[in-house]
Amino acid sequence: MTLLSVKALSASLAGKEILKDVSFDLPAGEFVGLIGPNGAGKSTLLRTVLGLTPHRGEVAIEGRAVASMSARERARHVAYLPQERDIAWPVPVEMIVALGRDVHRPVFSRQGVADREIIDRAMRRMEVEAFRDRPATELSGGEKARVLIARALAQDAPLLLADEPAAGLDPSHQIMLMKTFAALAGEGRSVVASLHDLGLAARWCSRLILLDKGRIVADGPPQTVLTRERLRSVYAVDAHLGEAGGKPVVMPLDLADRNGP
Amino acid sequence: MTDAMRFRLVLAGLGLLTLLLFFLSLMTGPAAVAFGDSLHALFSDKGDTVALVMQEIRLPRAILGLMIGATLGLSGAVLQGWLRNPLAEPALLGVSASASLGAVIAIYTGFSALFPLGLPLAALAGAVAAVLVVQAMAGLRGGALAVILAGIAVSSLASAMTALALNLSPNPFAALEIMFWMLGSLSDRSMTHVWLAAPFMVAGWVMLASLGRALDALTLGGDAAASMGVDMRRVQFLAVFGTAASVGAATAVAGVIGFVGLVVPHMLRPLVGARPSRLLPASALGGACVLLAADTLVRLIAPERDLKLGVLTAIVGAPFFLWLVYKTRRSML
Repeated sequence: MTLLSVKALSASLAGKEILKDVSFDLPAGEFVGLIGPNGAGKSTLLRTVLGLTPHRGEVAIEGRAVASMSARERARHVAYLPQERDIAWPVPVEMIVALGRDVHRPVFSRQGVADREIIDRAMRRMEVEAFRDRPATELSGGEKARVLIARALAQDAPLLLADEPAAGLDPSHQIMLMKTFAALAGEGRSVVASLHDLGLAARWCSRLILLDKGRIVADGPPQTVLTRERLRSVYAVDAHLGEAGGKPVVMPLDLADRNGP
Repeated sequence: MTDAMRFRLVLAGLGLLTLLLFFLSLMTGPAAVAFGDSLHALFSDKGDTVALVMQEIRLPRAILGLMIGATLGLSGAVLQGWLRNPLAEPALLGVSASASLGAVIAIYTGFSALFPLGLPLAALAGAVAAVLVVQAMAGLRGGALAVILAGIAVSSLASAMTALALNLSPNPFAALEIMFWMLGSLSDRSMTHVWLAAPFMVAGWVMLASLGRALDALTLGGDAAASMGVDMRRVQFLAVFGTAASVGAATAVAGVIGFVGLVVPHMLRPLVGARPSRLLPASALGGACVLLAADTLVRLIAPERDLKLGVLTAIVGAPFFLWLVYKTRRSML
């Protein structure tokens, strides 16, 4: 089943074209890494799929056009983790995670047992139960990021869009995050995460979409997308490509000499 | 004790305090009336002096204090939550300044002397004009920052026009009347004022109170809230028009009363775990408490001098706000 279908998508911000004719289909059960240099259009692509930026082209979620959905309806199908991690008020961590459940609750109804379980599970997955009662504004950057990811997980939507979820996390929590996303894909959901760490993307994603200057330049399994030539032409870096434990390893080594061989 | 229980306790405490201060306000005044007599007189239809004092003077004053305080507290909490800014307050949208201008024009032109409701009606017209201009300038897609900037511009223009009216005032008495009205007061208001303001205030409360859940989601920012099913255009519409209706009506009958809408949400935020949706009812009750207490105090401090309510709230509110800033500066930065 196709969870997300994007056809001929273009978007402009302040007169500048950010996305040009982007098309891809996303079946259920995939963990997609959205990669590309700064300004390639990764964040704009995620925001456009949600309908947060004006665009041309078609975006359909589970066969229905996003434009025809109400905000509440859309929220039941897609969860989104913005890059912005600003928390306005010193509210307890648990309340933030519980916000993910509000989407499913009719107005004035209370949290049910099922909601509680999903909230607890999301907090366990991101290892934030230890500070569930602490004000979220007092946490460190990485802890805050994990709380916000737990919030998105608690929304329990078939599709999760995450904008640089791994930024600011320590290595063990980065791997934990990647494993969580891979596990979500294993449960039949799909995750699209924009990533800057090519090593993480290569090891854990089932598929990579490489954006450059607003266009998709490669789309497929990590091994076929991350080639030496592409890293050179898109990122302008020379990289070591290897393998460890049956999974690819990517390590950027140096700036590529653009005029060289 | 669970979170929800503590919240209910806070609300019950604030509700009790509001009730207490409401009765205290009813008991305060130059006419010395015993407690039992006064309560009895509230419901008597004998039409004697005590009944008149209670029903025609003190009751409308206490009701207006309650309603205006709740309006300021509620709208302050909503605006701070919507704009995600602890410095937001009801006057920000330009509604108060424009309602003032409407009232000043009514006094200046003599329209207010034509019939008793001339002044509040002109003030309401001023509030309506302000919100239409702000909303038209900001547009539905414009967002919070555009609303703030348009509000500041409208406020400044209304203040300048008010100053112009004072400047050109034909006689010193009109100027004095304008000055006194602008200071904000609840004295000499009648049930007619209550009936004029109540429908607008209640309509505004309903709009503002419906925003609780959206404001919770907005804790994480506009994009996150939108992805959680919050229709940001609807939120803007309800916040702007709810504030305009309730604060416009409050200003129309009582003048500008500052600092309540700014300070009360700050005072109560720690008591409700900073949760925006819980802050709304708490802040409404807290605003009512503060205004009823202040209106009782102006009558106790200087019974002969007609100390203005708006003056007292500013004198007490501003230093208190400074102290709050000093105390919380670390957590705010």
